[in-house]
Amino acid sequence: MSGNKILEVRDLVVHYETDEAVTEAVNNVSFDVVPGEILGIVGETGAGKTTIGLSIMGLLPKPPSHVIQGSIRINGKEFIDTRYEPKSFFNLAAKRMRKKTDRHIEKVYRTIRGKTITMMFQDPMTALNPVMYVGDQIVEVIKIHENVSAAEAHKRACDMLEMVGISASRFKEYPHQFSGGMKQRVVIAIALACRPDLIIADEPTTALDVTIQAQVLKMMKELQESLGTAMMFITHDFGVVAEICSKCMVVYAGEIVESGTLEHIFENTRHPYTKGLFNSLPNLDEDADRLKPILGLMPNPMDLPGYCSFYDRCEERCDRCKEKNPKLIEVEPGHLVRCVHAKAMGVE
Amino acid sequence: MAKMMTPAMERLHKKKRYNVTGVSSPGREAWKRLARNKTAIAGLVIVVFLLLVGLFAPFIAPYDYQVQDYTKMLQSPSAEHLFGTDNLGRDIFSRCVYGARYSLPIGIVCVILGLVVGGGLGVIAAYFGGKTDNIIMRFIDIIQAIPSTLLCIALVAILGNGVIQMIIAIAAGSIQGMTKTCRAAIFMVKSNEYVESSKSIGVSNLMIMLRHLVPNAVGIIVINAANAVSANILTVSSLSYIGVGLVSPTPEWGAILSEGKAYISAAPHMVLFPGLVIAVTVLAFNLFGNGLRDALDPRLK
Amino acid sequence: MVRYILKRVFYIIPVMFGVLVLVFLMKIVMPGDPVTELLPASASLEQKEALRDELGLNDPIAKQFVDYVWGIISRGDLGTSYKTKQPIATELMQRFPHTAAIGLSALLISQIIATPLGILAAVKQYSWVDNLIVVFTIVGASLPSFWLALMMIMWFSVDLGWLPAMYNGTLSGLVMPIISVAFGSIAATARGVRTSMLEMIRQDYVRTARAKGQKESIVITNHAFRNALVPVVAGIGSALGALLGGSLIVETVFAVPGIGKYVTDAVTQRNYPALQGGIVFLALMYTIINIVVDILYTVVDPRLKTTFVTAKKRKTKAVREEAAANG
Repeated sequence: MSGNKILEVRDLVVHYETDEAVTEAVNNVSFDVVPGEILGIVGETGAGKTTIGLSIMGLLPKPPSHVIQGSIRINGKEFIDTRYEPKSFFNLAAKRMRKKTDRHIEKVYRTIRGKTITMMFQDPMTALNPVMYVGDQIVEVIKIHENVSAAEAHKRACDMLEMVGISASRFKEYPHQFSGGMKQRVVIAIALACRPDLIIADEPTTALDVTIQAQVLKMMKELQESLGTAMMFITHDFGVVAEICSKCMVVYAGEIVESGTLEHIFENTRHPYTKGLFNSLPNLDEDADRLKPILGLMPNPMDLPGYCSFYDRCEERCDRCKEKNPKLIEVEPGHLVRCVHAKAMGVE
Repeated sequence: MAKMMTPAMERLHKKKRYNVTGVSSPGREAWKRLARNKTAIAGLVIVVFLLLVGLFAPFIAPYDYQVQDYTKMLQSPSAEHLFGTDNLGRDIFSRCVYGARYSLPIGIVCVILGLVVGGGLGVIAAYFGGKTDNIIMRFIDIIQAIPSTLLCIALVAILGNGVIQMIIAIAAGSIQGMTKTCRAAIFMVKSNEYVESSKSIGVSNLMIMLRHLVPNAVGIIVINAANAVSANILTVSSLSYIGVGLVSPTPEWGAILSEGKAYISAAPHMVLFPGLVIAVTVLAFNLFGNGLRDALDPRLK
Repeated sequence: MVRYILKRVFYIIPVMFGVLVLVFLMKIVMPGDPVTELLPASASLEQKEALRDELGLNDPIAKQFVDYVWGIISRGDLGTSYKTKQPIATELMQRFPHTAAIGLSALLISQIIATPLGILAAVKQYSWVDNLIVVFTIVGASLPSFWLALMMIMWFSVDLGWLPAMYNGTLSGLVMPIISVAFGSIAATARGVRTSMLEMIRQDYVRTARAKGQKESIVITNHAFRNALVPVVAGIGSALGALLGGSLIVETVFAVPGIGKYVTDAVTQRNYPALQGGIVFLALMYTIINIVVDILYTVVDPRLKTTFVTAKKRKTKAVREEAAANG
């Protein structure tokens, strides 16, 4: 096995708590990311993929969001501390300790955000500060983490622009002067400026049209290969996964329902949801009159069942599925499936 | 049900406020939030109370507000004269009670008038667009170049003193705000993508979309109206204070204040109470308007 | 950029023209006869007729209007005050410094105090600090400025004797007028800044800034607030308008010899030409203020600045970039 894992997530549970309901966004998610690999995270809108990314970055909006349990280890360092849970409004001691630990964690996060792990968000149109030069926005991340002169930072920012295919002469231009695809390249330049170990890319190509999408993907792949950065690629498009990822995990209602290498997922699909996703893709080879979508909707994350979340939409369901929440079963080395019908290795 | 029970969930279940279906029309959601906002309801209650006080003034006021009693001039507040007496021996409390018939109703009526005229203009401008819109907006620009208080003063100068004249003057001053707001609201509805593609989504779907858009547009207009009432009440009292529009012996709160100015060292109560009443009235409306704003857009609370 | 400024400046002309039309209409409609006001009661009929001719009151309306406008443009002639028989324009210019002093000081003070309050409230949303500030903004906006003025006179002049009750020509005489006018503005501005900041803090680019590992204080100032400046600058324009209106009343309370008092005196004394002249003057001031604010916009919002780089130059540059990137 390659050396230290960059990222280890164990049993992560994240809820959003409001005055009216509690949203179970992430339910018991565990996975690893190894240096240099690209992990694809696939799922529908609302499945919790972005929340997973934000939790790793420590960017969850604190008032509504609440990490109930779990462990997030980045290069071995632990970032979740659930020791102090104020049990009531007046539990002032717990509140004070909570604030102290939160502040400490935030301080550590600030040293690694932008340098060790970075995140690219979904919508390039709004991800850049409209009143700052694009070059300065790259310089910003360099100056936060590296002790270099202004001139040196400027030069490196220009290098980054060139690396993503933008002429360095456009340093002093504003985001609104760039097209969507170019804006996304700037975002990539910012993400790569300090040579991070891990990039979390949250649907980076979803907002772009298909031809631009292909360019941006190609560029990301080249950069990843030359710099050796690991990536978590969040998307809802299996085509993109096939293009760029080496491993993949499928997320449904905040849980991982299937994970493994590309061969595992694409050629030995086991979970009914994943099968349904593949079946719903239009196939040029087949002669079909209608598309085959998965009927129904994802369950409301405010009201998840205590048994398999996919039960209502599953074509292979049975009574056993309703007994309790299915656990992840390893059907072949490295291939995990959350379904009672999956046969564990060595069991026939 | 849930995948994992937490203390937060238990708390909500106990309160029976666990609302899973976050789906109802935005209009109804806003109503619910408004009803739950205690300060907004308090504001509304105060306003209604004051309106009733004005309506039933003859029954509430202990004295006739015009009666002058030279034996009881400039008396401090007491059990007999809750707010004290003024320089002519008149009971200030009674005068304030009758005063509720002026600023508050005038403020509300002016907003309604302003809404009808200004809103009408705004709707016409937005609906027809193009040249009509241009002409109307230029006209509004010109009126806007004159500070609204000044405009009201000028109109009263032309029309003379009196309640009706005040109403016309102040309504005219608030027209430009109403026009702009209503025009913006109509544009919001008109240019929404759903309305543009109405042909493709069918008329019934269009009605559903409108049911979501109209509450928002109406909400913006209503918030603006609530703010306008506060502003109008302040304008009415300000103008009366400087002697324009409603003058003594009319017991308008601002006019009462202007009478008290000369006796500020001898009888501070003459200045304290009427002003306090104005402040409370405006505050009530501001609380209500604030509650409206929170109800419409709770994130920005 | 220069084109934009020129465009805005030239916009004064149609707007002021419209104002002049309105004021001229007021002239016609307002009661009072200039001739009887300007001449003593003992004047003879011939004198009255002569004055009538001189003032152009026998001319057709259209000619009167043209003369009126021309008089303003060429000589700055805003008419003659009924009360003092002096040219109104001169009287207005004499009083302008007082109003300007109060207005500008109030603006400065309110912006300096209110902006940090608004930012603080937004950053600490839901906390007691935020609630307190919001309560302050609501209550502050509810107090009538003249009542606040009277209360201050009561406390600081009558009870404590620190400040003069009426304007007496010194700086200390300006303190209470400025505070009375500024108070409501502080409340409104703080509210506006808070709302703008709350919106900006939720923007994606603020999240991007945090994702870079940036310090929270810099995120708030350089990213959130810098963008909130645009609506805040817009707020300055309307704040000044409210300050102008407020000074009309406050100057009367403190007897400050400013334009506000001049105008309110004109109304109560039936000095209609003075009122009309005051309207024209204030409208001009207000329009100029708005244009300055518009120009400030371009400084604060670079999107406006660059919109006026020649479109062609920008286009060819962009096309070259795309080609190079695709190639």
